[in-house]
Amino acid sequence: MSSELMPSSPASSAPLQGPPHIAAQLPLGRIRWIGFQTIVIREYGRIVRIWGQTLVPSAVTATLYFVIFGSLIGRRVGPMAGFDYRQFIAPGLIMMSIITNSYGNVVSSFFGAKFGKHIEELQVSPLPSWIIVAGYAIGGVMRGLMVGLVVTVVSLFFARLPVAHFIAIIAAAVLTSVVFSLAGFINAVFARSFDQMNFIPVFVLTPLTYFGGVFYSVNMLPAWAQKLSFVNPILHMVNAFRFGFLGTSDVHVASAFLLMLLLAVLLFAVAVQLLERGVGIRD
Amino acid sequence: MLALSTRQLTKTYKNGVHALRGVDLDVEEGDFFALLGPNGAGKTTLIGIVTSLVSKTGGSASVFGFDIDTQLERAKSCIGIVPQELNFNQFESPMTIVVNQAGFYGIARAEARIRAERYLRQLQLWDKRQMAARGLSGGMKRRLMIARALMHEPRLLILDEPTAGVDIEIRRTMWDFLRDINRHGTTIILTTHYLEEAENLCRNIAIIDKGGIIERDHMSSLLRRLNTQTFVLNTRSPLLETPAISQFNLRRIDEHTLEADIAKEQNLNELFAQLSRLGVEVLSMRNKVNRLEEIFMRLVENRTGNV
Repeated sequence: MSSELMPSSPASSAPLQGPPHIAAQLPLGRIRWIGFQTIVIREYGRIVRIWGQTLVPSAVTATLYFVIFGSLIGRRVGPMAGFDYRQFIAPGLIMMSIITNSYGNVVSSFFGAKFGKHIEELQVSPLPSWIIVAGYAIGGVMRGLMVGLVVTVVSLFFARLPVAHFIAIIAAAVLTSVVFSLAGFINAVFARSFDQMNFIPVFVLTPLTYFGGVFYSVNMLPAWAQKLSFVNPILHMVNAFRFGFLGTSDVHVASAFLLMLLLAVLLFAVAVQLLERGVGIRD
Repeated sequence: MLALSTRQLTKTYKNGVHALRGVDLDVEEGDFFALLGPNGAGKTTLIGIVTSLVSKTGGSASVFGFDIDTQLERAKSCIGIVPQELNFNQFESPMTIVVNQAGFYGIARAEARIRAERYLRQLQLWDKRQMAARGLSGGMKRRLMIARALMHEPRLLILDEPTAGVDIEIRRTMWDFLRDINRHGTTIILTTHYLEEAENLCRNIAIIDKGGIIERDHMSSLLRRLNTQTFVLNTRSPLLETPAISQFNLRRIDEHTLEADIAKEQNLNELFAQLSRLGVEVLSMRNKVNRLEEIFMRLVENRTGNV
C-alpha cells in the first residue's frame, strides 16, 4: 500500500473530512427504518444472488409432485372434496413450498451469519432486536412468496385454479410465511451446527407438512386421526389457503386465521426475547 | 467530555473465568488511547461489553455520556468497531458490505454510496469493490473492516488488534491513516500486541492484566518512568571477554557486540571514556528494545515491583 492514497495526501481523491458524526445525531426512528430496509434489501440480494438454491428447487419439486401424484397416481384417485385431484393438491403444494422456503431462508441466513460471525455487524449496530427479527422475517416472507408464485405458475400447467377468495389467498400466504420465518429464526438462534439447523425441518416440519392435508382431505381419516390432525397448525394453514382458491376447507377458516395470527405474535415475541438475551450469539 | 467511561465493570463467564474484575476506565474525547495487556487479560471482553458483543456481569459503562444500559442505541451510534477477527460476509463484495453497514446506522443508500467510494478509495480497495471479499488479501480484509467501521463516521473508533498479521509497510500506512482520523476529531481506542504501535500512535495508555487495570498514564509519563535502557554497541576490534567496567552492567553478546544497561542517572560519555581507556572502539550504537515493551513486561511479570 503506497502512501499516495492516504487521507492527508494531496493525491487523495477525497480528503478525509472532519467527522460530522451524523449517525450519533440521527433520530432513532430514522436509524431503525433505514436499518430495517437495509436488512430486507440484503436478504433480497441473497435470495436473488443464489437463485439456483432459493427459487428453482421448489419449482422442480412441485413439477415432480404434479407429474407423479397429480397426473399418474391422481388419475386413479378420482375427485377429492368435489374437485379434480390436481386442483385439490395445487394449493397444498404451493403452501408447502411457502412453508419450507420461508423457514429455510431465515434459518440458513441467520445461522450463516452466526457461523460466519457477520451477525456481529448487526449486534454492534444501534438497531434494536425487534427490528433485526422483523428484517430477517420479511426476508423469509419474500422468499416464501416468491417461490409460492413460481410454484403457482407451475401449477397452472397442470391444473385450472379458480380463485374463490383472493384476500384469503394473500392473507394465508403472508401469515404462514411470517409464522415459519419466525420459527426458522428461532431454530437458527439455537442451532450450533448445520446438523442442528436441519433437524427441525427434517424431523418436525416435513412430517407435519405431509400430515397437514396437502395430499388428502382430513375427512378421509378415522375420527381419532382427524382429532389428532387438528392439533397440526399446518393443516389449518393449508386449508385456509385452499379455501381461498377452491372455496372449501376441512377446518373453520376464521379460526385458522386467528391461529396464524396468534402464532405469528407469539413467535415474534419469543424471537425478540432470544435475540435480546443474546442466546446463541453472545458469550 | 469522556468518550468512554466504565465503572466497576465485571464479567464472569459461565465457565467461571473472571475476565474483568471491576474495571474503572476513562478515555477523554479526542484521545488516541492504547489498551494493552497479555492474551486473556480482558481487553477483548472490555471492548465486547462496550459494543454489545458480550453481556456484562456487573458495573456500568457509558459512551459520550450515553449509558449502555439505558441508552444503548445512542451509545452504539457513536461507536465504530474494527474487531480482531474477520466478521464480514466473505461472499459479499466490499461495496455491499460497507453500504449495508452504513444502513444499519441509518445512513441512506445514496449517501452511503458516496461515503463508500471515499473510504474504499482511501483504503485502496476501490478497484476491488465488486469482487467477493473472500478473494481479498489479508491486509485488504483488515482495511475493509476499517472502511466499514468508518461508514457512519463514529465519534469513537475502537480497533482491536487492527494490524495483526499485516506486513510492516501496510501497518505503517495504516498508522498514518489512523493518525489522520484522530487529528480530525475521532477518538480512537487501540488494542495491539505491537507495543511499538502503541508507543508511536497513542497519547494515553492503560495496561490491563488478569481482568484489572494495573497502569493508567500518559504515554510520555510512563516512558519517562523507565529507569534503565539497554544499548547495543558494535565494536571495531574483536572482544575476547566482557570489558571490566565497574559502574556499568555490560554483556558480551559476540566478539563484535556488547550490550550495556544504562540507568537514568548514568552518562554515556563516561561509558565511552572507560571503553576507550580499555582500547575498545565503538563503531555504532542502537537502543536494543522497545521501551514500552520493557515497562509492559515489568508490570505484567512483577506487579508489585516499581517501574
